[in-house]
Formats: sequence, structure tokens, C-alpha cells
Amino acid sequence: MNSTLLNSVLFVVLFPVFGSLFVGIAGKWLKKPLAGIIASCSVGLSFVISVFTFFSLIKLPPDLRFFDKVFFQWVPVGHFLVNFGFYVDPLSLLMIMVVSSVSFVIHLYSIGYMKDEEHFSRYFSYLNLFVASMLLLVLADNFLLLFMGWEGVGLCSYLLIGFWFHKKSAADAGRKAFIINRIGDFGFLLGILLIYHTFKSLNYNVVFSNAPLILSHGSGIATAITLLLFMGAVGKSAQLPLYVWLPDAMEGPTPVSALIHAATMVTAGVYMVARTHVLYQLSPVSMGVVAFVGIITAFYSASIGMVQFDIKRILAYSTISQLGYMFLGVGVAAYSAGIFHLMSHAFFKALLFLCAGSIMHASAGETDLRKLSGLRKYLPVTFWTMVIGALSLSGFPGTAGFFSKDDILAHAYVTPYYGKFLWGLGIITAALTSFYIFRMIFIVFWGDKQKESHPHESPKIMTFPLIILALLAIIGGYVGLPESNLIHRFLSPVFLGTAVLSSNVELKTIMVSLVFSLGGIATAWYFYLVNPSLPESMKKKAAGLYKLLLNKYFVDEIYERIFVLPGRKLSSFFADVFDAKYIDGAVNETGKWIKTNSEQWRKIHTGYLRNYALIILIGGILLLGFLMTKIH
Amino acid sequence: MIPIKLYLVLSGVLFVIGTSGVLVRKNVLVMLMSVEIMLNAVNLAFVSFARYMMLPKGQVYVFFSITVAAAEVIVGLAIIISIFHKKESMDVDDMNVLKG
Amino acid sequence: MTDIPILSIIVFLPLLGAVCVSFIPGQNKPFIKLVAFLFSFITFLLSVSLFFLFNPSVGTFQFMEFVPWISSIGANYSIGIDGISLFLLMLTTFLTSIAILYSFRSIGSKVKEFMIFMLFLNTTMLGVFVSLDMLLFYLFWEAMLIPMYFLIGIWGGERRVYATMKFFLYTMFGSVLMLAAILYIYFMHQKATGISTFDLQSLLAYSTAYLPFKTRLFLFLGFAIAFAIKVPLFPFHTWLPDAYTEAPIPGNLLLAGILVKMGVYGFLRFAIPFFPEVSRDFFYPIGILAVIGIIYGALIAYVQKDMKKLIAYSSFSQVGFIMLGIFSFTDTGMTGGVLQMINHGLSISALFLLVGMLYDRTGKRGINDFGGLSGSMPVFSAFLLITILSSIGLPGLNGFVGEFLILLGVFKVNIALTAIASTGIILSAIYMLWMFQKVSYVTPADREVKKLPDLSLREILILVPIILMMFWLGLYPKPFLSRIEPSVKNLITVTAPGHFVAPVASQFLSDKKIPEKTFLKSLPGK
Repeated sequence: MNSTLLNSVLFVVLFPVFGSLFVGIAGKWLKKPLAGIIASCSVGLSFVISVFTFFSLIKLPPDLRFFDKVFFQWVPVGHFLVNFGFYVDPLSLLMIMVVSSVSFVIHLYSIGYMKDEEHFSRYFSYLNLFVASMLLLVLADNFLLLFMGWEGVGLCSYLLIGFWFHKKSAADAGRKAFIINRIGDFGFLLGILLIYHTFKSLNYNVVFSNAPLILSHGSGIATAITLLLFMGAVGKSAQLPLYVWLPDAMEGPTPVSALIHAATMVTAGVYMVARTHVLYQLSPVSMGVVAFVGIITAFYSASIGMVQFDIKRILAYSTISQLGYMFLGVGVAAYSAGIFHLMSHAFFKALLFLCAGSIMHASAGETDLRKLSGLRKYLPVTFWTMVIGALSLSGFPGTAGFFSKDDILAHAYVTPYYGKFLWGLGIITAALTSFYIFRMIFIVFWGDKQKESHPHESPKIMTFPLIILALLAIIGGYVGLPESNLIHRFLSPVFLGTAVLSSNVELKTIMVSLVFSLGGIATAWYFYLVNPSLPESMKKKAAGLYKLLLNKYFVDEIYERIFVLPGRKLSSFFADVFDAKYIDGAVNETGKWIKTNSEQWRKIHTGYLRNYALIILIGGILLLGFLMTKIH
Repeated sequence: MIPIKLYLVLSGVLFVIGTSGVLVRKNVLVMLMSVEIMLNAVNLAFVSFARYMMLPKGQVYVFFSITVAAAEVIVGLAIIISIFHKKESMDVDDMNVLKG
Repeated sequence: MTDIPILSIIVFLPLLGAVCVSFIPGQNKPFIKLVAFLFSFITFLLSVSLFFLFNPSVGTFQFMEFVPWISSIGANYSIGIDGISLFLLMLTTFLTSIAILYSFRSIGSKVKEFMIFMLFLNTTMLGVFVSLDMLLFYLFWEAMLIPMYFLIGIWGGERRVYATMKFFLYTMFGSVLMLAAILYIYFMHQKATGISTFDLQSLLAYSTAYLPFKTRLFLFLGFAIAFAIKVPLFPFHTWLPDAYTEAPIPGNLLLAGILVKMGVYGFLRFAIPFFPEVSRDFFYPIGILAVIGIIYGALIAYVQKDMKKLIAYSSFSQVGFIMLGIFSFTDTGMTGGVLQMINHGLSISALFLLVGMLYDRTGKRGINDFGGLSGSMPVFSAFLLITILSSIGLPGLNGFVGEFLILLGVFKVNIALTAIASTGIILSAIYMLWMFQKVSYVTPADREVKKLPDLSLREILILVPIILMMFWLGLYPKPFLSRIEPSVKNLITVTAPGHFVAPVASQFLSDKKIPEKTFLKSLPGK
């Protein structure tokens, strides 16, 4: 690959940065669609460059597809050096293509969706900044630069969740997202410090090539590093126990939920684990933790998703659940399967969110399932594309989700440690998944139209992205067919020495999970179309369980009690009592003590001349007496 | 010849008179006069010693002291007059603005 | 090096400006402002030239000047800068220009006196950073209090007299201890060598090599308390919220941006090189106090209602990081600490400026008095956001580079302390975003707030240089780091255990007078 093209990779990040700056500063003077068009173009250009880079990369032999391009020294201090450089390899290329393509489509959609917004150009400025940060995160050639992108996407997420800043709930949700991400980043930062401490470098090449030499398999440091890094991933990718910000993040505009909180940013944790798999390979404990956190989160949030009423929140819990699958994938060393699922999830979940946006657009922003019904006739494009998305999510044969999810489950099945348990929970979750998504589809699109509503199909600029994503949600899977498995072959130079699966096992597990997925759809169909009174009676029978699920296991309330309130109380105590009364009190008391003493002493100064004269006289006599004793 | 002892006794008596004058009288003018008496008591002691020890140095000091006393009286009287203008009183107890 | 005494010109140009301003009639306010600004700005430009003239490859003092001053006691006018003071010097001139430019509108009364004090303060602050003579240093150090006393006392808020007295007395208390320590070293040195001198290098060489350990411990405490009050280190911080809250905004800039850095600078220039072993032993006491300060300050900041007070506590919390880095005695930690001084100077002054701009408009500064400014004042909100992000250490902006280097340095020394200190990055996000939400988000209860005019061109011009610096330091800090690092390295070598070996130490310990020549030979570098 020639150096010009490699240099041009810098522009993959720079275009959105320029777009963001231009739209942000000049936004006041730009006419409405123009800001959106400029922003979309900048992302489109990034996509074009990444495709060009992709085609020149696949011309090279597989083991030469790695480039570390340094642009300048970022933080040099003595022996410590961190470069501003990009790492171009199959993994990062695949990621930037997914990110820039999905972003481009969502930018287009946003032009239509946000057209009545007052702060139209501000929205696109944030969105472009997000794309730039995400691409930086993916392309970074060292941990510190990765962290820059990592925090950058967190910032944009904060800004975009709180985009409707007049709403207190939106502002709170944004802040919650940022702070919980920071808790994860706290671990991530310590992980980076430990990496530098161990390897004396933060560059990927140096760290990964030295890792097997410096750290022995299963060593404590490897476990510590990977667990700390995973803490960051748990925050960013909304896994247990730091997932609580993602459902609230739905306060943001729907395209933002599609782009940031489904397709790209939240998958950064999965990307990071895959990127640093060399380190994870050294620590079976960490791998186990990743896989277990993944599958438990997947099951947990799918169970919450079954009973929620807000369509965006259902999708949010679904995202958390699917991210859990991805972590299960990378946790059982099926890295390419994890990345594959990341990619197909990006397509179908973005599609589902955009469809939800289209539904909201059609029904005056309504997101409550209880107030939506019978939209099939009025929103044909949305209906069909959403069904495709839902099928893909539930792993219906022939869709992208089918291949990628089953790839992960098959790998989980053959894992030596607790593989059967992981797989079992995985397929149960698959059943729950198809149940909750089709529950939503059946309620929203079937039945009678709500009275006094005038649903209407969205404009072309919004339906066009839906169709593109729907196509991707189907054909995206064919890069990973069990036999040929293009994606696996493409990524294999990155993930050397990881497990290869016999297609025999894969076929077996596919059959089982297919039964569960279809069973989920069928149950939803029976519950909500055939026998609509059944859910109500079920609710009454299992009232306790229902209440627990409806209130999301009361986790928000528990966190509030354990962390937030005591924190506030402690702060108030420090501020009003400890600092004011004791520390500052000590200072002021010292002053007062001196003052009261001085009050006493000043009484000697009566102001009467004769008193002073007398004191002088006495002093004189004493002095004389003292001298006389000395003479003797 | 009168022994030096008597001169010194006289000087001591004058000094005590002066001191008690400063301490007990209220009138500033009188206090100033008492200070003068104290000064002269010291002067007397000086010249007595000078004569007794046959050293001229002591007499030089007395001249010096008298000159300074003259200057002091002038300044002192000036201060007293300006205070009297302000306070219309010669009572030292009224002059207590420095009281703490 | 050069024939032009450029450092002296930089230091005394503001003083000349103060003299010039004093000759202008007080009614002619615009002219006074212009003259004051021009003097400060030319000083700034001159200090920028230092940045280019400075030789980054050596870590020792440059631009040295030497003029005998009071030869009978061995005090000289001896100045010079290294990579550490270079940037503090530039920061001082930069912030003074900005503070004067800002005060054009916000200071209405007694403009002439105000400008005189500002320029005088500028000279004294610059003097502190360039002095290489202990007496000269002490002179500037104390002289600095005078203009600051009046700046808070005359142009401050409601409780200004209380605040300024507290600030003055508290700082003075520390300074006296320092003076005693300086004099003690001076006399011990005089006794031992027969030479009277306040020269930094000579005293330093003497005290590191010949003083008994116990004496050093006490002397170090004398210095350390003086500087710890200025920094401020927990629990010597209570002057800070009062002074910050009551000071006028231009005073805040210099107080928070520069004066506080002097404490850290004092550690770097005096306490640490004079007593390297003691300082190394003090890593834990000081490190723990710094970490307590980080968390304690952050928690208190979270419940403040007055924006200035919130910023004051946040500043207190952040200087903990600087102290932690300095006392790690690693090149990354110390370089990070020095860099963080600049970063903190930039972000804290931008925060104060922004609060001041709100105060100019409404006369209020409680966080509950505002809301929804993202809508009515978008430019203001953008600047506020960038500044907040800089101060909570978002990568890509300046704060992160410094913080990361500090943590990297401390990590080498103690992992637990690093981990606890790192929670500061969570806490800072909590209170800062809380403030941002209260000010910029949500619909305000007060209708007047909705109609506030956005920043004027002058205000934007004041803020833009600071914001640009934040990005520059965050994205390409190399020019800065490459100048700081040699000096820091030099400092680390000088303070390495056993650097100053004492060949004749036993003679000094017994207080015997030895011939001058023997002592001088034993001094390194002579």
C-alpha cells in the first residue's frame, strides 16, 4: 500500500472534524438543510476513503496487511513517548467502514428527522464530532489515543443525549451517562497505567509483541490489566453493573440512539477487547469474566425488555442484551464472531431505531406501546423494514443476525469451561429476544388504528436509509456463511491462533437455537394476536415477578440509595460541618484567641499619662536594682 | 568644704519632688515644671560629681542637658498650647485619646 | 548570553507602566486603561520571545543577570530562568494582560489605582519566578501580598475585608517561618565558610551537603508550611474559598492562576532542592494530604451554590494532582506537575472569566440563578463547556496530558495512591457537569435569564486565546514538554540521593570553622 493512501487515512478522521468545526462555528449563518448536507458529505468522504483503503489492503498478502502510521509525537517526556499514529489493519478497517457507512446513512436520515429543530446545525456539529471521535478510537495505534477517542465519544454521547437541554430528564440522562462512563474509564485509565508500567510503552505493536514474552500465561498482571480494561468496556458498552445509563440515554433524539447507543459507540468495548485479545488470551480468568458478564447481561436485560412499554427503551434493553452476546463471543475467544455480530447488529439495530424514529415521526412523538397500534397500513415502508430488522435480531434464517449470533453460540458451546451453561443461557436469551421484539411489532403494527391519530409515512430522506439498512441487515450476513466465512478469513491475520470451528458443531447448535428463536416469535404471536387476554392473566399470576421486571429489578433505586444519597450527605457534611466548623473554625479560633488576649493586654494602656510615668519609674527602679545586684 | 553627700541628698530630694509632681499633679503645665525639676536634679548630681572627681566632662554634659531641656520646654509648651486650644483644658486626664 | 538584559526588562516593565499610569490624571479612564494594557501586553510579547530564545537542550538557568546589590550582607540582584520558570513567567504575563483587558468593563471605580496595583503585582510575581537570590526572592514574595491585599480589600465583594485579612495573615504566617529558615541557612553558611551570601546555588550546595538531618527536617518544615499554605495543601486551604469568592475577577485570575502556582514553584525551586532526602521522605505525608485534598475538595465543590466557591474548591482539588506529581520525583510526574500548573492556570482563569461575564450581566453568580443558557447564550455555553472539559481532563484538551503524566509518575511510586487520586477524575466530572447543567441546561425559572445577551466581541477575544492554548496543549504539547523536561531532569539529578557528597562533613557538623578554600573546593560545580 502506498504512503499517500496511508497518509490519507488521517483524513478519515479529519473530514468529520472539519465538518464539525465548520458546521458548529458557521452554523448560525447556514440555511437548514445545508448544515446537514455538509455534515453528511464529510462523513461520506470518510467512508469513500475507507473503502479505497480497503480495496488496496486486500490486494496485499494477508500477513502484510498491518500498518502503523505515525503522524507526530503527541506526548514525549524522557523515555515516555506516545505518538499520534494510526494502526491500519483488517480489524480497524472493517470497523471504520461499518462506522462511516452507518453514520452516513444516519446523517441522511437526520436531515429529515431533525428538520424542525431550532439548533439544527449544532446537532450536526455534535454528530460529526462523534463520528470523528469514534473513528479515532478505532484507528488509534496506542492506548492513550484510543482513550482520547474513547472519552471523545463519551462526550458526544453526553451532548447528544442532552440535546433537548430544556428537558430536565434529558439533561440528567446525559450527565448520568457521562459519569457512569467515567467510572468505567477510571478503571480503563488505571489499566493503561499498568500497561505502561509493565511494557514501558503504550504502542499496540510493542505491547502485543512483547506480551507473551513478558507475561506468563495466567499471570496476575495480565489478569489485572485485562480486568481494568474490561471495566472501561463495561462502562462504555453498558454491561452489568454499569448499564444503567443506556436506557436513560433514550432521552436523546432517535437517530442519536440509533448511531451512538446502538450501532457504534456502545460497541467500542467489544472492539477494545478484540483489539487487545493478545492480552486477554493470557488470562483465562479475565476471559471467563468477560464471557460471564456478557451472557448474564444478555439474559438479564432481555428479561427486562419483555415487559417494558416504551419502544425506545425496549430497543435499549435489546441493545444491552446484544452487546452481552458480543462479549460472550470475544470472551470465548471467538473474536471474529464477536466482530461479525457487532457489524450485523450495527445494521439491524440502527434499522430498528430508525424505524422507531419513523413511528414517532408518524404519531407525534408517541413511544408508548399502549398508545400505538394498527400502523401497518399507514407506514408500509417502515413496517416491512422493521420486520426485517426484527427478524434479523431474532436470528431468523437468512438474515445477518442469524449467522452472526449462531456463530457466537456455536463457539460458546465448544468452550471447555462452562461452555454448555453459556450456550444454554444464550439460547434461552435468544427466545426472549424474539419474544420481546415481536411483541413490539405485533402491538404497534397490528390491531386497530388509535382514535384521533393521523399516522403518515415519513419523507423519502428518511425511508431511503431504512431501505439501505434493511438490505444490509439481510445481505450483511452472507460475508459470514459457515462454510466460506469471508469475514473470518479477512480478520484471521489479526486473530492468529484462535479457535476454528467444525461446521458440524455449528450446524447442530444452529438447529437448536433456531427452534428457540422461532418459538419466541410464535409465543409472541399467540400472546398478542391470537389470545390477547393471556398476557393480562399471566401478569396477575406472577405479579411479583412482573413488578420486579417492570421496575428493572429496582437497580436505579438501589444505586440511588447506596451511592448517590450517601455521597451527597457526605459532601454536605464536609462542606457545612467539617470544613466550616472544624478546619476553618480552627483558623478563625486562632484569630479570635489572639484578639481576646489582646483585649486583656490593652487594658494596661489606660491613656493616663501618670500611669505610664509610674510604670516607667517602676521599670527604672527595677533596672537599677538589677544593676546593683550585678555590681556586688 | 561642703561634703558631696549633701549635694547628692539635695539632688535626690529635688528628683523625688519632681517625680511626685509628675505623678500626682493633674495640670500639664505643672507636670512640665516638675519634669524640669527632675532634670535639674540630675544636672546638680552631674556637676557635683564633676567637681568631686575633678573631671570637666560632667560639666560639659550639664551644658548639653540644659540646652536640650530648653529645647524640650519649647516643644513641650507648644504641644500644651495646641492641646489647650483644642480641649480648652489643662487637665492631663482629658488627654486620653490613646487609651486602649 | 545576550547583551540586552531581557529578563530585567520583562520584570520591571510593568512597574514602569505603573509609574506612567500614576502620572495620568484619574479622570482620563480610557487612556489609563489603554496604557496599562499596552504595558502588560508588551511584557507578554517580550516573554513570548523568551520561548523562542530559550535553549531547550539544557536544563540549567538561562538569561542569567548579576548585579551586586547589598554587598555588606551578600545579597545580589541575581536572576535567571529555567524550563520550569519560563512557562510560569509566560503564564503570568499572559494572564495579566487578559485580566487587564477584562477589567476594562468590570472595574468601574478607582480605575487608576486598580491599574497601578495590577501592574505592580505583575512585577512582583515575575520577580518571584526569576529570583536566584534568596533575599531578592523573599522581597518579591512578600511585596506581592501588598497589591493583592488592596485588590481584594478595595474592589472585592461584600466580605472583602474579612477575606483579605485572612489571606494576608495566613500567608504572612507561613512566610515568616520561611524567612526564619532562610536566615538560619544563611547564618549557618556564614559561620561555616565565612562568606555572607544569599546566593541560591551556594546556599543550596551547603545545605544539602553539610546540615545535620534533624536541622534539615525543621528547615524543610519551615519552607513546606509556607508553600503549603500558598498551594494550598489540605488542611491549610480555608483562606482560599474566602479569598476567591471575594476577590474581583481580574484579581481571581492572578490569585488562582499565578499566586497559587508560587507555592508549587517554591517547592520545586527551594524546598525540594535544598532538602532532597527530607522531601523524598515526605512523599507519603504530602502525597496523602494531596490525595485527601483532591477528594475532599471535590466533594465540597459538589454541594456549593455559589459558582465562584465551586470553582475555588475545584481549584483546591486540582492542585492536589500537581503536588502529587511533583513529589513523585519521577520525570513524567514532575513534568506533568509543571505542565499541569500551566493547564490549571488556563482553565481556572477561563472559568473565572466566564463567571465574571455572567456576573457583569446579572450581578448574580449562584448556580441556581441561571439556566438554559445553551439557548440564549450559545457562544458562552460553548466556551463554558470547553473550559469545563479542560478542567475535568478530557483527552484532547490540556488538562488530560498533565493529569495523565502525573498519574503515570505516581504509579511508579505507589499504586494505591494513584488509584485513589484517579477517583478525582470521576468526582470532577460530577461537580463540573452539575454546574454546567444548572447553568446551561434546563429552562430557567427567572425570565430575565432567557433574554441575556451573548458574549460581546471583546469578551470573545479575551477567551479565544485561552481556548486555543487549551487545544494546543492538549493536542501538541511537545514544544512545552521539551522545554520543561530538561529542567525537571536536572532537578531530579540534583536531588538524587547522594548527589552532593560531603567530603568534609564531619568538620561542619562539629561547627568548626574551616578554611574557605577547602569548602569551596568541595562544592560541586565550582
